[in-house]
Amino acid sequence: MFAYCSDPQVLDGLAWLSCYLTTGKHMAIYWAVGTVLLLLAITGPAALLFGFGGAVAARSPVAPLSWLGRGYIAIVRGVPDIAFFLFFVIALDQGLEYLRHLALCPDWDQPVRQGSDFLVCPQAKLPLSSAPQWQHEVYGFALAVLTFAIVFGAFAANVLHGAMRAVPRAQIETAEAYGMTPRQTFRRIVVPQMWIYALPGLGNLWMVLVKATPLLFLLGVEDIVYWARELGGTKTPQFTDYPHGDWRMWYFLALLVFYLGLTRVSEIGLERLMIRLSRGQATLGGAAQGGVR
Amino acid sequence: MSCWEIVADYAFRSLGYGERLLPRSDFTLCQQVVLIGSGMIWNVYFGAVALVAGFALATLVALGKAARSPWLRKPSEWFVFVFRGSPLFIQFFFAYFFFLSLKQSVPALDPLTSAPVGAALVLFLNTAGYSAEIFHGALRSVPRGEVEAAEAYGLTGWPRFRRIVWPTMLRLAWPAYTNEAIFLFHATTLVFLSGFPAAGQKGDALYYASYFADQTFNPFVPYPILALYFIALTLVIVAIFGAVNRSLNRHLPAARRPARPRFLPQIVR
Repeated sequence: MFAYCSDPQVLDGLAWLSCYLTTGKHMAIYWAVGTVLLLLAITGPAALLFGFGGAVAARSPVAPLSWLGRGYIAIVRGVPDIAFFLFFVIALDQGLEYLRHLALCPDWDQPVRQGSDFLVCPQAKLPLSSAPQWQHEVYGFALAVLTFAIVFGAFAANVLHGAMRAVPRAQIETAEAYGMTPRQTFRRIVVPQMWIYALPGLGNLWMVLVKATPLLFLLGVEDIVYWARELGGTKTPQFTDYPHGDWRMWYFLALLVFYLGLTRVSEIGLERLMIRLSRGQATLGGAAQGGVR
Repeated sequence: MSCWEIVADYAFRSLGYGERLLPRSDFTLCQQVVLIGSGMIWNVYFGAVALVAGFALATLVALGKAARSPWLRKPSEWFVFVFRGSPLFIQFFFAYFFFLSLKQSVPALDPLTSAPVGAALVLFLNTAGYSAEIFHGALRSVPRGEVEAAEAYGLTGWPRFRRIVWPTMLRLAWPAYTNEAIFLFHATTLVFLSGFPAAGQKGDALYYASYFADQTFNPFVPYPILALYFIALTLVIVAIFGAVNRSLNRHLPAARRPARPRFLPQIVR
C-alpha cells in the first residue's frame, strides 16, 4: 500500500508490519469487519420484527395462532442455537428452491428428493448457476441474516411477550373503561408502554447477538473467523512476500480484543439509553438471559 | 441390519468403541437416532465437567469481585469481563491455537490440544465467568439483616460465610444459575465446530447431526432428532436443579415459596 512496500525483504520492524497489515488480503479482513457490523445493523431490527410477530401471536385469542407463537418461543429456546443455524441455512435454501421449482417447472415429473440428492429443475436454482459470484455471496449473506432473525426473533419474542404482560393491568382496564376496542388498547396503551419493561431484556439480547456474529463462519460466509484462519496460517516464501509461521493464535487474540471492545461500547451505550428512558419511570429492570455467548 | 445391531455397533461410537466406519449410504432413522445419541455422551461430559469445576471457581471469583482489596477485585473483574465480553466461539479458536503453540515449547502439555481436555478447560473458565457474575449479583442482594443477625450471634469470618452468606447467595442465584446451566449444555455443541479436531470422527451430537445432514442433504431428519435429545436433556437439568432449589428453600414458610421456580416460564411454557 505504501510506496516503501515494494520490496518487503529489506524491511523490518514497524515498517514491515505496516506493509504486512495493508496487503490486499488484509483489506479483505477489514471488509469482513464491515460485514459483521452490517449483519448487526440489519439483524437487530429484523429480529425485533420477528419477535414482535411472535409475541403478538403468542397472546392471540385464536388458539392455533397462540400455540404457534408459544411453540416458536419455546422450541428455539430449548434447543442449541447453533443447531438452528445449521438447520435453517439448508432448510431455507431448499424451501425457497422448492417453491420456485413448483412455480417455474410445473411439468417436471421426477421427485425432488432422490436418495441423498435434492434435485430441482435448473431454472429454479437459487441463485442461478450462471449468476455472477457476487450474487452467490449476497444470497448466502441474506440467508444468514434471515436465519439470525428467526433464531433471535424467538428470544426477542420471549422478552416482548413478558414486557406486554408487565404493562400494569390498571392501564388496560382504564382503556377499556373509555370504550377502546382490544385492538385500540393494544396499539395505544400496551405497545407504547411495554418498551421500558422490554429494554433490559432487549439490551441483553443485543449483547448475545453481538457475540453470536462469529457464527457467520458456520453459515458459509467469508467472515472475520474465515479470514483469521486464512491469514494466520503458516506462509512460506514461495507463495508470499511476507512469510511467517503459524500466527493464527495472534489473529484470534486480535478478534478477542475486537469483540471485547464491541461489547464494552454496547454496554456503555445501553446503560446511557436505559438511564434516559427510565427517567421518571417507576420500574424494576427484569433481565432475560440469552443463549449464545 | 436390525436396529439392535445398529445399537450394538454405534451406541458408543463417539468414544471409539464398536464399528469404525460411519454409515455411508442407505441411512436409516435408527442409525441417525443411535449415532446422534452416542454423540450426546460428549455434550453431557463437557457440560458436567465444566459445571462442577466452574461452580467452585465461580464462587471464588464472585468473592474476589466483592473483595475490598484491589489486588483481589481487579483480577476477578477482568476475568469476568474477558469471558463474558467475548464470544465463546472465538475463545475456543484462540485457546486451541494457543495450546498448539504451547505444545511446541512444552511437549508435556500435548493433551491440551485434544477436545476432552482443552475444550473442557475453556468451557470451565467460560462458565466460571458467567456464573461468577450471577453469584456476585446474588452476593450483593444477601439481606443485611441476616448478616447482622449472624454477627449478633458471634458468627464471623469463615463460619459466617459458610453458614449464612453462602446458602443465601445460592438460594438467590439459583434460578439464574439454572438458566446458565442450560445454556452451558447448549454451548457444548460448539466444541467440534471450532478448532478442536474430532479425532477418528469421535464427535458430539451436533457433529454427527451435521454429518448426516451433509451426507443425505436432508436437514429435516437429523436436526429434529438432535432437538429432541436436547429438549430431554433440558428437562433433566430443570428437574435436578428444581430439586436442589427446593432443598435450598426448604426452611422458608410454604407460602413464601414460589409455586413454580422462576426459571420455568422462560424455558418450558
